Amino acid sequence: MQKSLYIDANKCTGCLQCEMACSYENYGVFNISKSRIKVFNFEHAGRKVPYTCTQCAEAWCLHACPVDAIKIDALTGAKVVNDATCVGCKVCTIACPFGTINYVVETGKVQKCDLCGGDPACASACPTAAITYVDANWTGLDKMQQWAGKTDTQPRANG
Amino acid sequence: MGWTRKVLRVDLTKGTCKSEALNMKWAQEYLGQRGLATKYFVEEVDPKVDPLSPANKLIMATGPLTGTPASTGGRYSVITKGALTGAIACSNSGGYFGAEMKFAGWDMVIFEGKSPKPVYLSIEDDKAELRDAAHLWGQTVWKTEEIIKKTHQDPQVRVCSIGRAGENGVMYACIVNDLHRAAGRSGVGTVMGSKNLKAVAIRGTKGAGPIKDAKAFMKAAAAAKKVLADNAVTGQGLPTYGTQVLMNVINEMGGLPTRNHRDVQFEDARKISAEAMREKRPTDGKAQLVTNAACFGCTIACGRISKMDEGHFSVANKPEYWGASGGLEYEAAWALGAANGVGDLEALQYANLICNEDGYDPITFGATVGAAMELYEMGILTKEQIGMDAPFGSAQALVKLAEMTAKGEGFGKELGLGSARLCAKYGKPELSMGVKKQEFPAYDSRGIQGMGLAYATSNRGACHLRGYTVASEVFGIPVKTDPLVTEGKADLVKAFQDATSVFDSAGVCVFTTFAWTMADLQPQLDAACEGGWSMEKLALVGERIWNMERQFNNAAGFTAKDDDLPPRLKTEAAKTGPAKGLVSGIDKMRPEYYKARGWDEKGVPTKETLSRLGL
Repeated sequence: MQKSLYIDANKCTGCLQCEMACSYENYGVFNISKSRIKVFNFEHAGRKVPYTCTQCAEAWCLHACPVDAIKIDALTGAKVVNDATCVGCKVCTIACPFGTINYVVETGKVQKCDLCGGDPACASACPTAAITYVDANWTGLDKMQQWAGKTDTQPRANG
Repeated sequence: MGWTRKVLRVDLTKGTCKSEALNMKWAQEYLGQRGLATKYFVEEVDPKVDPLSPANKLIMATGPLTGTPASTGGRYSVITKGALTGAIACSNSGGYFGAEMKFAGWDMVIFEGKSPKPVYLSIEDDKAELRDAAHLWGQTVWKTEEIIKKTHQDPQVRVCSIGRAGENGVMYACIVNDLHRAAGRSGVGTVMGSKNLKAVAIRGTKGAGPIKDAKAFMKAAAAAKKVLADNAVTGQGLPTYGTQVLMNVINEMGGLPTRNHRDVQFEDARKISAEAMREKRPTDGKAQLVTNAACFGCTIACGRISKMDEGHFSVANKPEYWGASGGLEYEAAWALGAANGVGDLEALQYANLICNEDGYDPITFGATVGAAMELYEMGILTKEQIGMDAPFGSAQALVKLAEMTAKGEGFGKELGLGSARLCAKYGKPELSMGVKKQEFPAYDSRGIQGMGLAYATSNRGACHLRGYTVASEVFGIPVKTDPLVTEGKADLVKAFQDATSVFDSAGVCVFTTFAWTMADLQPQLDAACEGGWSMEKLALVGERIWNMERQFNNAAGFTAKDDDLPPRLKTEAAKTGPAKGLVSGIDKMRPEYYKARGWDEKGVPTKETLSRLGL
């Protein structure tokens, strides 16, 4: 079963534990400036929104790469940057409509979410389940369940 | 390691910024943040210094866990000699600013001297420089942050600043970061303003650490997060209701100071409670509360984000206040509400927004309005002097006075003095409800006896965050004690004060202690910091910090007489509720406390005590 990251921004409190977990998983440091997931704070609307790569099926970044440095991880479906091949041309950062692949000055390569090989650290670190890693075909399951629960309009003898 | 081992020293007089190595011997003795910065402060500043003179210094400090994934690990503190109190001041704030300071590679920033003109400090990792702030002077906290982000062309920069209150000498000005988190009490923002320092803007990309043993640290942090999640207060109560969960609880137990402490229960408490914030308003069908919010690293998320009723008289033609913003927290709701007898939730939130925007402490402000309202009702202050009718319960007066205070308009100038100076000026010093010129927070010393002792002996003047015995006396954490008796409170207060000193020095939030004991913090510190941080060592560090602060205050001229409560709390018994008929037993508890502390009858630490603590 393929899984995908599912983000429910209404549950996000803005604690940034996901950003710290991402940098620790990928670089062994606690440094949110190296995180591949970002939490945006829409202050005046009272909304905090975590955002990262959605692993497009037809990935613009992958198609745009002139040196084929971005490959599909067969296990997770993640579009993964191969550092050894990447030449840091940044064409992928232009091609991506969502801004979720980014150049890293220190390495001269680009970085993006690779789903941590199938166990995303951001999802594990999220204290409110705003970020979960679920069946890719059923990302709406919890909402369906909530609405399903509201269908009971008949009085029950025991209730 | 935990510490970055670097201190930034900013000489505002000369306009220089210099990096120096952190004193690691002191780090082992005082941990970080509150403890370590206070150690620097007492070593470098004459206790008799005028708080508003260039010779006073101001330190912004992180703890070793600031910027790490430890839950609530985003705190920083401001240490100085308080403008309001003349005592050691240490105001702690959350948000994201503290973590950013750590990410830029600094354990603390020491400001000294006074700039000849308004400046702000810009930090980008190692690069630190003072920049002209002529265009920022006169701006609100909110506008200042907006302008700095625009000028730096960087939405990720984190800013703390003073508002007009700090510029205009309001004695209880805050330093506000991330729009609505504040180093709030004792007038630390007033000191910042006196130095012509408008703001600090930080962008850090270096991350926290290095951590001594990252793997062990992650394990300890995860275990401690689970303790918070599983606890009823930190796992459910605070995220759902925020600190405002206390309003009805404290009112019912007869511990909610009302109308300048004339009463201990407020008939409109429910209208200004957490529950009320969640209810749909009849006017617009919306609840005031929009969502809860976390500070950096916090897995509790007690913060409140609210939207006002656009039709309320205070904001009817002011769309700039219609968006989501911070508030109400319990202390502000109490001070702006019960302390004045105002039961209009929307008016309280408006006054709270103004406090954030203009940068002044809602506790001291609300309590000062309460004192002014009492003076008005006694006929000592007139309608002409105040510029309006100001009886207890007047939401109109509260709103108008909030708008006048930071600007120093009319009677607002006098409110900016705080209640101690205001009441003294009008010949009624006994009507100021506070200790060491700092106003009480939201717990009455008659209904919660331990808090009376905690207030009287708090090193920064009346404060709930130095020894929060409410945890024990109300919630039974870690053990239940009777709030109505004085027995055992001396030891209880000492234990809370010493433990809190450690939490305030670590980089985490004191609200964790609703669930955590030192045994939950210790493994995280020990894994993050070199030096072997045992329970015994931490206990000693906490007590050492407390006594160091006490010695500073003693040298500044404070005596046992200043460890006292206003006569009202000792002579006017609670009129209603479970504490009916009771006054504070402070005079009985004080000598017991001095004894428990190893101080003489004058409140001076004995030679044996000092030597035991290595002071």
